[in-house]
Amino acid sequence: MLNYIKLIVLGLVAIFAMIAASYARDVAYQVHAIIILAVAAGMFIWTLRHTDEPVVAAPQNEYMDNVIRAGVIATAFWGVVGFAAGTFIAFQLAFPALNFDWAQGYANFGRLRPLHTSAVIFAFGGNALIATSFYVVQRTSAARLWGGNTAWFVFWGYQLFIVLAATGYLLGGTQSKEYAEPEWYVDLWLTVVWLAYLAIFVGTIVKRKEPHIYVANWFFLSFILTVAMLHVFNNLSIPVSIWGSKSVQVFSGVQDAMTQWWYGHNAVGFFLTAGFLGMMYYFVPKQAERPVFSYKLSIIHFWALIFLYIWAGPHHLHYTALPDWASTLGMVFSIILWMPSWGGMINGLMTLSGAWDKLRTDPVIRMMVISIGFYGMSTFEGPMMSIRAVNSLSHYTDWTIGHVHSGALGWNGMITFGALYYLVPKLWNRERLYSNQLVSWHFWLATIGIVLYAASMWVTGIMEGLMWREVDANGFLVWSFADTVGAKFPMYVVRALGGVMFVAGALIMVYNLWMTAKAAPAVDAEAANAHATPAE
Amino acid sequence: METYSFLRELADSWALLVMFAVFIGIALWAFRPGSRAVHEDTANIPFRHDDKPAPDLGAPAEH
Repeated sequence: MLNYIKLIVLGLVAIFAMIAASYARDVAYQVHAIIILAVAAGMFIWTLRHTDEPVVAAPQNEYMDNVIRAGVIATAFWGVVGFAAGTFIAFQLAFPALNFDWAQGYANFGRLRPLHTSAVIFAFGGNALIATSFYVVQRTSAARLWGGNTAWFVFWGYQLFIVLAATGYLLGGTQSKEYAEPEWYVDLWLTVVWLAYLAIFVGTIVKRKEPHIYVANWFFLSFILTVAMLHVFNNLSIPVSIWGSKSVQVFSGVQDAMTQWWYGHNAVGFFLTAGFLGMMYYFVPKQAERPVFSYKLSIIHFWALIFLYIWAGPHHLHYTALPDWASTLGMVFSIILWMPSWGGMINGLMTLSGAWDKLRTDPVIRMMVISIGFYGMSTFEGPMMSIRAVNSLSHYTDWTIGHVHSGALGWNGMITFGALYYLVPKLWNRERLYSNQLVSWHFWLATIGIVLYAASMWVTGIMEGLMWREVDANGFLVWSFADTVGAKFPMYVVRALGGVMFVAGALIMVYNLWMTAKAAPAVDAEAANAHATPAE
Repeated sequence: METYSFLRELADSWALLVMFAVFIGIALWAFRPGSRAVHEDTANIPFRHDDKPAPDLGAPAEH
């Protein structure tokens, strides 16, 4: 019966997309209508072929892992795409000739930059979060994922969101809000997918067999809830026409700016921090084979982050039309935030106490430890940069970009790599990874790449900040903007080379994970069972 | 009083106080007597059901 409703809905969507494609007022919208038409038509045929076939009931005594396997593959794929795009635009900044004339208006820096940021944050990070949260919530609730195939809807719906966002950027369909560039209909679609994600997560927690909710699930849940709220409020806009991608924001002026950075900083706080801390609180104890250092500290860590992060946004708007009290508030809360961040870092690191020798033997745990190290470093750097006086030097310079990347590559990237190295042998039923040596290679390439990236951005950022403010004896500015651009060239090359190393490491990881799934020795179920049975 | 001023004053007085009190309350609750056993048990959740969900209570045992 459900299939008949699905067929009707898919048919209607396909017809609407057809009409939309022909009435489209701009190219981005037209291409999106065609993509939606193709997806709806394809799903129509697929559903039709499966209608009135016998349905096999999902076994409730097993975890739902196939959607997580797909999520792991998507994470690795989008990771490489996002890192490669970032490396390419880094070279575009160093060598402007790479903004090819023939691709002008599609593949120049301005169009590719949001493609890079969204690919890395939302495609790589988002898929990692969805996959790991599905994995963790099942294991720590001792229950199968709630909602059956809804998990597949979330997975594929999220991929569709990524494709719509990415193609939209290249074709100029953007509402020009950083990290929230997709236009209104893409935002609406993401809202639907996200609410389904929330339902699955809450549903699984509700039917859990453990009396308590493990701390990782608190972090994941706060991430899902807060992102839903942020996404809806920051994207309140009215479409100019139902047949076009352009929309007008409901807020204007400084209110719009404040809403944007309330969203923007909490995207960092809840998407890139809370969600990934959920990963940390599960995968670090698992890989170290010992429970988290202090469960009490993890509770304090959680609530302190929740109470503080939401106020930190105004530090993005120092020296603007925003009232002083608001930017001071943002600054103060950012500085206080340093404490719970380091509390969490200590909790993660000290989980290894008594097992520090694993650092020498297990490159995966090394990856997790360095990610926690980068978490500590960037959560010290961030509060410092939020201080108004420091911000007057650092704002609009490459220091900000360096800060973001030590957090994103170092913390988010490394903890995700660690989780992937943990997950692939588990999910594909392998005894171990294909090669630990390749993990070491990945570790060093990525770490040195990040160090090159962050160091060059510190140098170039502080240099350009100082050049911008230098005045001569008569009070005239000494340097023009173009002078700073010229002076940054060597650092830009170093940064791009750091990016090359990071991509190379990621490619090694993909090969290693592929070979693990294909060629590593399988867990011998018979032998394992025999081993577990006491000898008679 | 206009809405803006009212909300602004509420935010940095009573609302701030309530939030701070709630946070302190949560922190104290974490340190309540008897929490150690609960936390130890909870911290070990990841090591319990790695391969299969817990069987339904009342459902026939497997194997």
